[in-house]
Amino acid sequence: MLGMIVDEHKILDGAGLAPILRQARHACKISRERTPVTSAMSTTFTEQTEWMLRVRDARDRDAFAMLFDHFAPRLRGMLMKNGFGAAQADDVVQDVMLSVWRKAHSFNPERANVSGWIFQIARNRQIDVIRKDRRPMPEELAMPESTDIDGEQVLGIEQEAASLRAAISRLNPEQRDLVQKAYLGELSHSEIQAETGLPLGTIKSRIRLGLERLRHELKGER
Amino acid sequence: MTDIAHHIPEAILASYVSGTLAQPFALVVAAHVSICEDCRANLAAHEAVGGALLDDFDPISITGDLRNRVMAGLDDVVPEPVRPRGDDIFPTPVLEALGSKPPKWRSLGPGAKQCILNAGKEGSVRLLHIAPGFAVPDHTHGGLELTLVLQGAFKDETGRFARGDLEVADDDLEHTPVAEDGKPCICLAATDAPLKFSAFMPRLLQPLFRI
Repeated sequence: MLGMIVDEHKILDGAGLAPILRQARHACKISRERTPVTSAMSTTFTEQTEWMLRVRDARDRDAFAMLFDHFAPRLRGMLMKNGFGAAQADDVVQDVMLSVWRKAHSFNPERANVSGWIFQIARNRQIDVIRKDRRPMPEELAMPESTDIDGEQVLGIEQEAASLRAAISRLNPEQRDLVQKAYLGELSHSEIQAETGLPLGTIKSRIRLGLERLRHELKGER
Repeated sequence: MTDIAHHIPEAILASYVSGTLAQPFALVVAAHVSICEDCRANLAAHEAVGGALLDDFDPISITGDLRNRVMAGLDDVVPEPVRPRGDDIFPTPVLEALGSKPPKWRSLGPGAKQCILNAGKEGSVRLLHIAPGFAVPDHTHGGLELTLVLQGAFKDETGRFARGDLEVADDDLEHTPVAEDGKPCICLAATDAPLKFSAFMPRLLQPLFRI
């Protein structure tokens, strides 16, 4: 057990990755026009981020189709795991993907990663369907007036989101299942404790460091 | 905004992200995040955990029909609901809970007023208005209580809480928050159990006052 944790920290610390990442960030001070986006735009971000920015800035349907092809089948998988029937899952997928299109203007890659942003839209939609009352949502921040994207920060967020994902995939299947259940709202945190006798804190210690580092990036502190 | 010292505990934020947090608490979380940069970033980090899980889900293939329906829907003009803008006191989600009307305060006794926003099986959430120098009557809790300061400040046995600060109280805490001099202290308070005011009002009266 201890060995696993130590091992993970080593991975998350990314001893080998850090200098490369730092270099990449310095090479990536990007300024781009919000509209229209030209084909000369940087390709240093993940595909998902690039698609999302093209949808946001240029209302690019091809980019949206790419997002659909990537996320819709995964959303369907998530919803059906969550107990939705096929038809109901399809309705929710449709609503979620159309929300992605309509709310694209509020996507800010300096403050969120694409998967997390879409996850949040999907959870909201699911809660709307399951419960009568809507989940209260925080005020959305006004989008910055400047069209410059802090590429360094976006890369930092993407990098830490990828590390977090790696940390989660290294959990053993039972632990991963529990994290999944917790974040998909199938079990409350106290139920998880009761069901397995395993305090969530133990599971969380495996992803805590990843969360910590991602949070750091999201705050723009370096 | 940067002076906020008391934030949302990790487990409560994760619960909010998963959608399992009871509605009254979810309103307090949404209100705090609206005015706290740190917790906004922390929320996005927890959402990224959800995003990482979503990425890893086994894709279940989509029929052409759904894809066509969605692509065709891109042309629909759907006006987006306009959300009220948070003001100096009430953040957006609180204004929404108020229906964008000013709070209707009802007296809770000397120096204290309340406006119930929502009360149901999951608990209740209200605005509290405490005049400077007055105390929220000494009370103990039957469960979890979250109190977010929206204006002014209060002090109790555990510390000082000003705009944006969130106090988390549970069964173990018996405290007497006192509003500081200056502006009246306005708080958003959510609980999953009726507050038990130990000195102020006989328990029998509590249902009448819905506290």
